Amino acid sequence: MKQEGKKAVWSEYQKEIADDKYFYVRSCIRQNFFPGSEVAFLRIMRDVLKKDVYEHPCHTTCSGIGYHGDVVPVETAMTVVARQFALMAEAGYTNYVPSCITSFGLYTEIIDTWHHYPEVEKKIKEKLKEATGREFKIPGNLAHASDVIYKFRKEIAAKAKYKLIDHLTGQPLKVVDHIGCHYAKMFPSKGVGGAEYPYVLAGMIEEWGGQIIDYPERRHCCGFGFRQYLVQANRGFSVACSKEKFESMKPFKPDMIITNCPGCPMFLDRWQYVINEMEGTRYGQNGEGIPVFTYEEVAGLVLGFDPWDLGLQMHQTDCESVLDKIGIEYSPEDKYKTDVNTLSEKHHSLLSV
Amino acid sequence: MSKHVIVIGGGVAGLEAAGRLSKEGLTVSLLEKDSITGGHLNRWFRLFPDRRDSTEVKNYLDGLAHVNNVSLFTNVTIEKLRKDKDHFALITNEGKEMVADAIVVATGFDLFKSSRKEEYGYGIYDNVITSSDLEEMFRKGEIVTSDGSVPVNIGIVHCVGSRDEKVGNLYCSKLCCVTAVKQAIEIREHLPESTLFCFYMDMRMGGAHYEELYREAQEVWGVNFIRGKVSEASEAIDKKVVIKVEDTLAGRPLKMKLDLLILMAGMEMSEGGARIAGLTGLKTGENRFFAVADHHYGSNRSNIEGIFYAGTCTAPMNITETISHARAAVSEVVDYLKNS
Repeated sequence: MKQEGKKAVWSEYQKEIADDKYFYVRSCIRQNFFPGSEVAFLRIMRDVLKKDVYEHPCHTTCSGIGYHGDVVPVETAMTVVARQFALMAEAGYTNYVPSCITSFGLYTEIIDTWHHYPEVEKKIKEKLKEATGREFKIPGNLAHASDVIYKFRKEIAAKAKYKLIDHLTGQPLKVVDHIGCHYAKMFPSKGVGGAEYPYVLAGMIEEWGGQIIDYPERRHCCGFGFRQYLVQANRGFSVACSKEKFESMKPFKPDMIITNCPGCPMFLDRWQYVINEMEGTRYGQNGEGIPVFTYEEVAGLVLGFDPWDLGLQMHQTDCESVLDKIGIEYSPEDKYKTDVNTLSEKHHSLLSV
Repeated sequence: MSKHVIVIGGGVAGLEAAGRLSKEGLTVSLLEKDSITGGHLNRWFRLFPDRRDSTEVKNYLDGLAHVNNVSLFTNVTIEKLRKDKDHFALITNEGKEMVADAIVVATGFDLFKSSRKEEYGYGIYDNVITSSDLEEMFRKGEIVTSDGSVPVNIGIVHCVGSRDEKVGNLYCSKLCCVTAVKQAIEIREHLPESTLFCFYMDMRMGGAHYEELYREAQEVWGVNFIRGKVSEASEAIDKKVVIKVEDTLAGRPLKMKLDLLILMAGMEMSEGGARIAGLTGLKTGENRFFAVADHHYGSNRSNIEGIFYAGTCTAPMNITETISHARAAVSEVVDYLKNS
């Protein structure tokens, strides 16, 4: 594989990412799946990078999960999104940062639709006003939260306690990056590195010492695919999608998987357990699974955050093999003893809204 | 003193036009940006449909220009070109000033840059090559993969950069189908143990002897033609190319592991042609090739009186058509100079 070819593609797809004053909107489902990740993002942004990140208590779902699940009409989704934009305008912010990939895709799609069909934007303005009395402004800058961490990957590396390197051999960890489908597949120009060879996570991994693995089913769906999972009868297909990816990446002997979507780490993590239960198959080394991380968790680990503060105990595929390989200090006996009140006391800024 | 005509571009069309104009008694200067003439002929080994050696055609064209005393200037690009009343003034990259009574633009085409079809991984995956790369292998007499082994399972992708809205090329390049058929046969001749798969949208075999070649590829050489577009290519750990494609006739998706994937790069307006258009105000069409004055009876004429077109700078053409088009340009130039 020729890296210079990839670099040429990456250079074609660069995007503007604001450098401060973010209006951050959480995902509907991430706090249930991996509850430490969004907290870690806020901690990195506020405590480590000293950035202004605002969260609005009235923010709701963007309705993207329903839109892509075929139960929410597009006009409804647009009006809900218009309300989120109105909240941002009222708070005095212009840089919109969603935590969720599907939200990012939906916002991008809606802004693009309004650009091409101003009469639709006008109609939604009227509907929002009628329903809520609010007025919205289109964000000056829209970036996914992983774009923001990508932007500050060098600053994070400069403050890092650990690198993604095997502390015994000095070899880089082999990392599979999995990008959420709604990040750039619909609008390649809106993703760092484009749709075919996204660089948003690869850039972080390179900067933090790891080695990215390119495997044949890199582009394949994680298995969530909304209706593949949300419709119960389709769940066999959901597992099959994940299995396809694991089979394809296995020969490359990855140490870990990094993701930037709410659903992907959930399904890549949980379905490894399910496949093992169904078939007795493990895809990692030494008879273990391949640990799956969110990018916030990986950033937190290299910065020296406590693995249990990051919520790694919530993963179904154990992460200790990666912690041990990097040489991260942690307390195995504290794995399930995280106290939310203590955590809040340790990181006061997380409570500021 | 005879009238002076400058021909821009020393490929098939430019050589044919220059030689014929000179034969008509005109003074002809041929400007070529490369160090040698011949254009794409230099990169092709054998030509369809009869698989003759391309050097035979190149020798004919060079001979035509040489015998008729065409003044050849190589490594030359044009920096300025303007029309002054009834003649043209031109300055080259070397600062040479030239004056002509008429100009023939024969800037040809560029092969589509296959790396723009990112999903096929050209320039990234070791065993993804183009039709042009394969011709070089034919000339060397050695078809091998990146590690030097002999490929067995080989795929050919048609329409790379042609009929493709995503890359902005809606037109058909006309020659890729027959090139694929020719190259598939040549691979089977070189590698009798190989298995060939051509992935096509439509087989457009609209030239003399093309259909016969297509039939021969299937009946004699056992080439497999699968109607469907390759959606993506990836690299396996052993450097083989994994492709996904839909077989639209069987109505099902396919996934294959290939030793070599060959992309049939289409034709695009050349960068040199685009520069000339920018310098002169020559009009280009939606397909970015030069826009001809009339598609039926004025395909050599431009929007500027005294500037004429020859060959593939106006649209994809095969060599036969290019030579005919260049001869027609000569007729237009002679007619123009007689009456001007």
